[in-house]
Amino acid sequence: MRANGRSVAQMVPGETAVISGFISSDLSNRLLEMGFLPGSVVKFNFSAPLGDPICVSIAGYDITIRMDEAAMIAILN
Amino acid sequence: MKRLKIAIAGKPNSGKSSLFNQLTGLNQKIGNFPGVTVDKKTGVCELDAQTMAEVIDLPGIYSLYPRSLDEKIVTEIFSDKRNTFYPHKVVLVADSTNLQSSLLLLTQLIDLRLPVVLVLNMVDLAAKSGQNIDVKKLEQMLDLPVALINARNGQGLQELKQLLTKPVSVSSRCVYEIDPEISQPVEKTKSHFNLESNYEAYQYLQQVDNLGFLSEPEKNIIKEIASQFEFFPGKYQGAETILRYKFIQDVLSKVVVKNADSDWKKLSHRIDKVLTHKVWGYAIFFSILFLIFQSIFAWAQRPMDMIDALFANLSNTLNGIFPEGPFFDLITQGIIPGTGGIIIFVPQIAILFAFIAILEESGYMARVVFLMDKIMRKFGLSGKSVVPLISGWACAIPAIMATRTIENWKDRLITIFVTPLMSCSARLPVFAILVALIIPEGTWLGFFNLQGLALMGLYLLGFIAAILSAIVMKWIVKANEKSFLIMELPTYRMPKWSNVGYTIVEKTKTFVFEAGKVILAISIVLWWLASYGPSNSMSGVDAQVNREISEGKITEAERENQTMAYKLEHSYAGIIGKSIEPIISPLGYDWKIGIALITSFAAREVFVGTIATIYSVGNTEDQTTIKSRLKAEKNPETGGPRFTFATGLSLLIFYTFAMQCMSTLAIVKRETNGWKWPMLQLTYMTVLAYTSALLVYQVLS
Repeated sequence: MRANGRSVAQMVPGETAVISGFISSDLSNRLLEMGFLPGSVVKFNFSAPLGDPICVSIAGYDITIRMDEAAMIAILN
Repeated sequence: MKRLKIAIAGKPNSGKSSLFNQLTGLNQKIGNFPGVTVDKKTGVCELDAQTMAEVIDLPGIYSLYPRSLDEKIVTEIFSDKRNTFYPHKVVLVADSTNLQSSLLLLTQLIDLRLPVVLVLNMVDLAAKSGQNIDVKKLEQMLDLPVALINARNGQGLQELKQLLTKPVSVSSRCVYEIDPEISQPVEKTKSHFNLESNYEAYQYLQQVDNLGFLSEPEKNIIKEIASQFEFFPGKYQGAETILRYKFIQDVLSKVVVKNADSDWKKLSHRIDKVLTHKVWGYAIFFSILFLIFQSIFAWAQRPMDMIDALFANLSNTLNGIFPEGPFFDLITQGIIPGTGGIIIFVPQIAILFAFIAILEESGYMARVVFLMDKIMRKFGLSGKSVVPLISGWACAIPAIMATRTIENWKDRLITIFVTPLMSCSARLPVFAILVALIIPEGTWLGFFNLQGLALMGLYLLGFIAAILSAIVMKWIVKANEKSFLIMELPTYRMPKWSNVGYTIVEKTKTFVFEAGKVILAISIVLWWLASYGPSNSMSGVDAQVNREISEGKITEAERENQTMAYKLEHSYAGIIGKSIEPIISPLGYDWKIGIALITSFAAREVFVGTIATIYSVGNTEDQTTIKSRLKAEKNPETGGPRFTFATGLSLLIFYTFAMQCMSTLAIVKRETNGWKWPMLQLTYMTVLAYTSALLVYQVLS
């Protein structure tokens, strides 16, 4: 994937974006299984008080992921 | 009567366990899957007058590709027709408010050619959200029966039971067609193992090392086939998941007549604004912790005292009835107190798990993880370690049982390893008597009670040791998998109280039966060591007491206490105590304390009782008696008091760090599936306790 593109980790609270793919394939199978599919809409809800982890919505439900994982999910600019 | 095997599967938070509880009620059995420490929940349910069902509640999973030991079990059961738990029918529970991710597993089960009934749970919430589904069309498109239920109140349950009595045929759909590139290895595996479906063969190739039922030669054959046709496991997994979701989205777009609006989640999001707030979030979390901590101390005390008294009375009564003899002594002094030593933990375990179940059921637990994850990661732990660690202040046993929720093995292992360093309530009697002995009464700055401060310092010391040990473990333990956190934040709900009740029963049973066996065995061994000794020295005890009475050294009233003290001195435990004196004297202890160290190896609170016996105090209930007796004890070498400040503090430090609890060892053995980790933990904590106590004594004296 493009290294200079944005990822979920760079989103701001309330923002929605379309997932374009995965930057590293390490956890991508797990993220896919949870519903982080290329082409689907992800919404950044809020982050934990210390900035990590974060809460996002995908396919109508809420998931918490760490910033490390969020950085692997590429979004369309 | 027909007997059916039915498996309940589904993703976490889909209401699987509620359905299981509704179907089986109190006819549940909790055990282990053979060879692994994964909880196996089975139960019996009468579907109708002719049909009984043996229901198994499988661990919650998102897909057949496992992430943890619990999940691996599910994959093994579904891919192995010879497995004792291979079901006649599968009930797949889906969360109606979150259909898409609930159905991923369903499509895999269809491809494995399992007869599945799809159960749409939480229909009440789905209705509230305004979602509307064409069920007939869904049945048609998936070619399997669909039932609607609300597992919380039992709505739709009768219909589901009826549906299950009828034959369920295998869906004719094939969701994931094997990629033509790999049709050759799949075909070859399929024919070699005589498998029914392509997907089964594909799974053999994909996760050969996860399928424990395959023998080594069988695994080698599969690996050979894979290398012959250049099949790389994992290569097609991403594409498979995307294809499955495409199918699911296609189905849902046709059967969902009206989509859910997200309004119904508004309340949940509003609660989140408070509970994950940077000030209120932590304030509320620590208040809840305080409440739990207080309850475990306050509410458990009474039942624990009652259990204690009950077993003591039982022992005494039977002692009066039974004739004398080693067999009856074993019952009254070994088995009954040993059993009492297990039962006494039940109130604390029950209360702790009541709270944990409420927090889990309501959805709050996921928020605790969310709040604490970043802080805990600094110490090699995860957000999910918080509750077990804090619970360790009450009792390490339920705390270690509560680490089950941590999926990452390394995070979980570190949590299990350091939890016993948190000062549990059994250390309190030991701390209380020693602190009272060496710290003067009085206040500091006219406000803080000195003894209270010392006690708090000991708790803090244990906590710091736990955190530092975690950091060390973080560097030592090698992890095969990277730590990660991908977890659903469920919508807040009122806890279902019957589920809370089932959790309490289940956890208590597990403790009593699993850890109980080991505890009872070691209790009996320790009783034997403390009651028996080489016959020539034991038989001299009565004569010696008689002589001392006739010489006027002790009075007739002291006879019984003195006899017990001498018997303990001449027992095997006494001999061991004396023989370890050279090792413990640098710590400031004599052989009498040595005996107490040996007998309290099983449970640290025994220290007080043993000290009372060996100094022939008799009445162990009265702390002031013990205290004044210990104060009066002289050190024959120095002529000064035996329990100097240095000796007392050295003992306190020793008990802060030492394992001295076989119940914990037993539960660690169960949770880590072997003796390796409990033994390492025992060694580590004993060495830490010994060196710290040595240092304290040598510096102070």
